[in-house]
Amino acid sequence: MQDYFNEMFDGGAVRAPYAGLETWVREMPAELRQMKQAEAEALFRRIGITFAVYGEGGDPDRLIPFDMFPRVFTAGEWRRLERGIKQRARALNAFLVDVYGRGEIVRAGRIPAALVYQNEAYETAVAGFVPPRGVYSHIVGIDLVRTGRDEFFVLEDNCRTPSGVSYMLENREIMMRMFPEIFRENRIEPVEGYPELLRRTLASVAPEKCQGEPTVVILTPGHYNSAYYEHSFLADMMGVELVEGPDLFCEGGFVWMRTTRGPQKVDVIYRRIDDAFLDPLCFRPDSMLGVPGLMDCYRSGGVTIASAPGAGVADDKAVYTYVPEMIRFYLGEEPILQNVPTWQCAKPDELAHVLDNLADLVVKEVHGSGGYGMLVGPRATKDQIAAFAEKLREAPEHYIAQPTLSLSTCPTFVEEGIAPRHVDLRPYCLVGERIELVPGGLTRVALTEGSLVVNSSQGGGVKDTWVLAE
Amino acid sequence: MLSRTADNLFWIGRYVERAEMMARLLAVGGRIALLPGVHGYRNEWESLLQASGTAAGFPRKYGEPVQRNIESYLFFDRDNPSSVVSCLEAARENARIVRTALTTQVWDAINGAFQELRQLERTPRSELELARLTDWTMRQSALFRGAIDATQLRNDGYDFLNLGFHLERADNTARLMDVKYFVLLPKADYVGTGLDLYQWQTLLRAISAHRAFHWAYGGEITAAKVAHFLILNRSCPRSLIASVAGAAHHLDHVARAYGATTRAQDLVRAMLGELAELRVEDVFEEGMHEFLTRFIGAVGILSARIHDAYLSGEAR
Amino acid sequence: MILTVAHVTTYRYDRPVRGAVQSIRIFPSSCEGQRVIDWEVAVEGGLRGGGFTDGAGDQVEGWSIRGPVTEVAVRVAGTVETTDTAGVLRGHREALPPDAWLRPTPPIRPDAALADLARGAVAGAADPLDRAHRLAGAVAEAIAYRPGTTHAHTTAAESLAQGEGVCQDHAQALIACAHAIGQPARYVSGYLFATADGTPHEAAHAWAELWVEGLGWVGFDPANACCPDARYIRLASGHDARDAAPIRGIALGMADETLDVSVAVQAGQQ
Repeated sequence: MQDYFNEMFDGGAVRAPYAGLETWVREMPAELRQMKQAEAEALFRRIGITFAVYGEGGDPDRLIPFDMFPRVFTAGEWRRLERGIKQRARALNAFLVDVYGRGEIVRAGRIPAALVYQNEAYETAVAGFVPPRGVYSHIVGIDLVRTGRDEFFVLEDNCRTPSGVSYMLENREIMMRMFPEIFRENRIEPVEGYPELLRRTLASVAPEKCQGEPTVVILTPGHYNSAYYEHSFLADMMGVELVEGPDLFCEGGFVWMRTTRGPQKVDVIYRRIDDAFLDPLCFRPDSMLGVPGLMDCYRSGGVTIASAPGAGVADDKAVYTYVPEMIRFYLGEEPILQNVPTWQCAKPDELAHVLDNLADLVVKEVHGSGGYGMLVGPRATKDQIAAFAEKLREAPEHYIAQPTLSLSTCPTFVEEGIAPRHVDLRPYCLVGERIELVPGGLTRVALTEGSLVVNSSQGGGVKDTWVLAE
Repeated sequence: MLSRTADNLFWIGRYVERAEMMARLLAVGGRIALLPGVHGYRNEWESLLQASGTAAGFPRKYGEPVQRNIESYLFFDRDNPSSVVSCLEAARENARIVRTALTTQVWDAINGAFQELRQLERTPRSELELARLTDWTMRQSALFRGAIDATQLRNDGYDFLNLGFHLERADNTARLMDVKYFVLLPKADYVGTGLDLYQWQTLLRAISAHRAFHWAYGGEITAAKVAHFLILNRSCPRSLIASVAGAAHHLDHVARAYGATTRAQDLVRAMLGELAELRVEDVFEEGMHEFLTRFIGAVGILSARIHDAYLSGEAR
Repeated sequence: MILTVAHVTTYRYDRPVRGAVQSIRIFPSSCEGQRVIDWEVAVEGGLRGGGFTDGAGDQVEGWSIRGPVTEVAVRVAGTVETTDTAGVLRGHREALPPDAWLRPTPPIRPDAALADLARGAVAGAADPLDRAHRLAGAVAEAIAYRPGTTHAHTTAAESLAQGEGVCQDHAQALIACAHAIGQPARYVSGYLFATADGTPHEAAHAWAELWVEGLGWVGFDPANACCPDARYIRLASGHDARDAAPIRGIALGMADETLDVSVAVQAGQQ
C-alpha cells in the first residue's frame, strides 16, 4: 500500500483547513446524509445539470455523481496556487503570441521547431495575427494534483475550451442550499462572481473596430453536445445569447446574429466548438457547426474569437514539458508550480525507458482527452501492458509517459460512511485586460476505491471546493 | 431575441396544443364509437384519422383502422409526427434547447410531462383506458399553460410562445369542425337527424365546451348555433375569432416592442376584420367546408409570414 | 513583361440559393519581379468584407452575396509588370517560417513511391538548389502532362501511380517529394502567359515553391520543366491545392453547382 497525502487527517490529527468540518461530519446521522444526498441529486436533475451522452443507450441525461464532502484549501495554500496559475497563464499566452509571430523561443532553441510548427494544433491560418490585447487563451483551465503538504504538480494545461465550470458554480449553490449552517461557521470565499468576471474578460478583448458596449455570444455545437447544459447555463448567468453556427452570418467584414429584430452585430464569440469546425471555408469543408467566412472576419479584425483559433498548440501534452522553459524565457521567473516529470516517447532513449517501465508509468496520448487511450501501468494486466507496448512502438510520437503520482485523498462519502478517495483540481484562470482567478475550482474525485482516474466519463465525481478567507 | 429561440418557443406552443388536439380527437372518437352508427363503427375511426391529418402513415403500419390501433397510432407512435408522444417529446426538446428562456415552473411542467409519459409507455396497455390517456394529456397542457401565464415574463418570447398556441388552436378548431361537417356526415340527408345532433354534442364535448354552449345559447343544439359559437363567439376560447384575436394581440405587442409592423400584422388584421363582420348565414352560404378550407389556408399563410418576418432570421 | 489578365469565375446553381460566402485570394503577390499597374476584383452583387494579409504573406478578401441568387460571378481584371527573378521569391514579407511548410496534409502525404522517387532523384546532388532542380525534373518525368485524367481531389500519390496529370498534380507531387526528404515546400497558384508556340497549358496555373537554404523560396514548375519567369504572375500559396485556392466559397442552400472559368492572359504595351 502506497502512502498518500490525506488532505484532512495528518496522522490522527485533523489538519487546520478541515477543522470546521470535523463536527459537521461526525454529528451527521446516516439517515440525514442519505436524505441530503437524494435531495442533491433531485436538485441537479431539476435544474437540468446533466451530462448528456447520446448514442450509448441508457439514460441520455446522466448525472455526474456529486459528493457532499467539500475539499478545502487555506488562504495561504490558495495564494501560492493562484500565483502559480497566473504565472502559467501569462507564459502560455506569451508563447502563443510568439509562435504565431516571430517565433523567438524556437529561434533561441528553447523548444524544437518541429514540435511547434508541425504540430496538428498549430494553425497556419492565423500566423502573423495578434488578437486584441495579445490574448489567445482567455480561459485557461490548469489541472493540478497534490502529493504532499506543499507539493503541487500541474498535470496538464487546457488552453482551448476547458469545461466543468458550471459544476464549480452549481456545486456551491447546492451546498449552500443544503448546509447553510456550515457556511455560517466557516468563512468561505465566494465563487459566484465567475460569470460576471468571464463576461467582463470577454468584453475587454472586443476588436478595436467595436464601438460602445460589445455584444458577446457563446457559440455551442448544439443541444446534442454533452456540455450543452454548461453552455446554456453560462449564457444565462452572463446574460448573453447562446448561438449555434447557423444563427450567425458574415457580411461586410463583420459577424451578425439572426434575431427577430433583424441582424445584430456580434463582437466577441466565446466558442465551445473546436477549431476544425469553426469555418468550413478555412478548416473542415464539411462542417455544419461553423460560420462560413468567420476566419476572414476574425483576421481582418471584425470579431474576436475566444479562445483564439490555434490556442491548442500550447496545451498539447508534448508541448507541456516545455512550459517551465516558457516561464523562464518570457517572464524571466522560476516556475512556481512544478510539472510532472514527463518522458517524450518520440525520443528513442526515453521511449526505451518507458517500454522498460510500463508497469509503473501512466502513458497518455499527446492529443487525447477524457482519460481514453491511456494506460495506467500499476492497474493494468500483463496483456493490457503488452498490447499497449505494441501501440507505443507503432506511433511513439503520439504518446508521453509520466510516473504514477501519489494523488492526495480527500474524505468522501461512501456506502460505509466516509473514506479517502483520490482528487485533482481544475481552477479556471481568466485572461483579458487583467488576469483573474476566482478562489475555487472544480475538484474531481475518483469514486472507486484506489482508483486514480477522476474523469467523469470513467466513474469520477465532483466536489465543492472551498478556499477559506484569511 | 435570437430568431431560432423565437422559433423554438413558437413550436413549443404549437406542439403542446397539437398534442392536446390529438387527445381531443381520440376522445371524440371514443364517444362516437359508442353510438350504434348508421354506417358502421370503422368508418368513424377512419374519419378521425382524416381529421388528424396523418391518415397516410397509418395503413402501412397497422392496416385495419380499429380503435386499439388508432389509439396506438395517435397517442404512442413515434413514427407518427403528430402523435401525443411525438408532440410532447418535440415540445420538451425545444424547451430544453431554450431552457434559459423559460421559468423553472414552465420547464418543470413540460419536463414533468415528459417524465410521466415515459412511465405511461411502460404501463401495460390493458391498464390504460382511453379516457385516462386523453384526460392526462389535457391536464398536462393545462398545467403548462398555467405555468406560462403565471410565471413567464411578458416579453417577445411570451408573444412567440402564445402565437404558437393561437395559430395551432385556430387550425385545430377549424379541422375539428371540418371533420364533423364534411367527413362524419356522409350525406346531406342526415343534417338535422339524431345522428347529426349527437355528433354536434360530441364535438362540443371534445373541445370541453358543451356546458359553455348551453350557458351561452340555451335550448336546442342547432348547426347554426354551434357554428356561431365555434366561429364567431369571442367568449369561446377555442373559437376561430378568439384564436385569431389572440394571435393579433401578440403580433401587435411584438410590432409595438420592435417599432415596426410586417406583413404578418397586415394579414392577421384582415382576418380579424373579416371574422368580425361575418354572420353565420354567410358561412352557410359560402359552404362550411369551403369556408373552413379557406380559413385553414389563411392560417397557413399567416404562419409562413410570421416565419419569414421573425423566425427565419432572414429578415433585414 | 506587361501582362494583362481577364479572369471570370462563374458559379451557377440549379435552383436559387439563400446566399454565398467567399474567401478570395486573387491578388498578385507583393514581391520583387511583380509590379501591379492596376488590379480589380469584384463579385457581382456581392458585398466586400474584411481584407488582410495572411501568414503566408498573401492578400485575402472576404465577400458575401445575399440571396436568392442562381449565379455568382467573380471578375478579376488587371495589369502587372513582371521581370524574371529566375524563380527566386524576394522581397515577400511573410510570418510563417519554412518549418511550417512541412505539414503532410492528405493530398500531399508522401507514400513509399513518392519517397523512393525523391530519394532516387537527389542521390549525389551537389547542393540544396541542385537537389530541388533534380526533384522537379524527376516529377516532370514521372508524371506526363495529360488533361482530363485527374480531378480536383486527386492526391499526389494517386497521380504518381497513374503517371499522368495536370499542373496541380505536378505541383502536389513535387511538394510531397520535397517533404519526403525533409525539405519545406508549398503550393503556389497564379497565372501563366499563353505563348504563341502552341504548347498546351492552362492560363490559370499552379506550381510549387521549395525552400532552398541560402536562397529562400524558389519556384519550380514541373509541368513546364522550368522555374517561373516573367511570363508568370504569382498569387497565393498554401499547403496544397485546396489551401492555396484562389477562391474558396460556399453557397447557403441545397443546390447543384456548376463552375465555369474563363481566363485570358495577354502580353502587351501599357
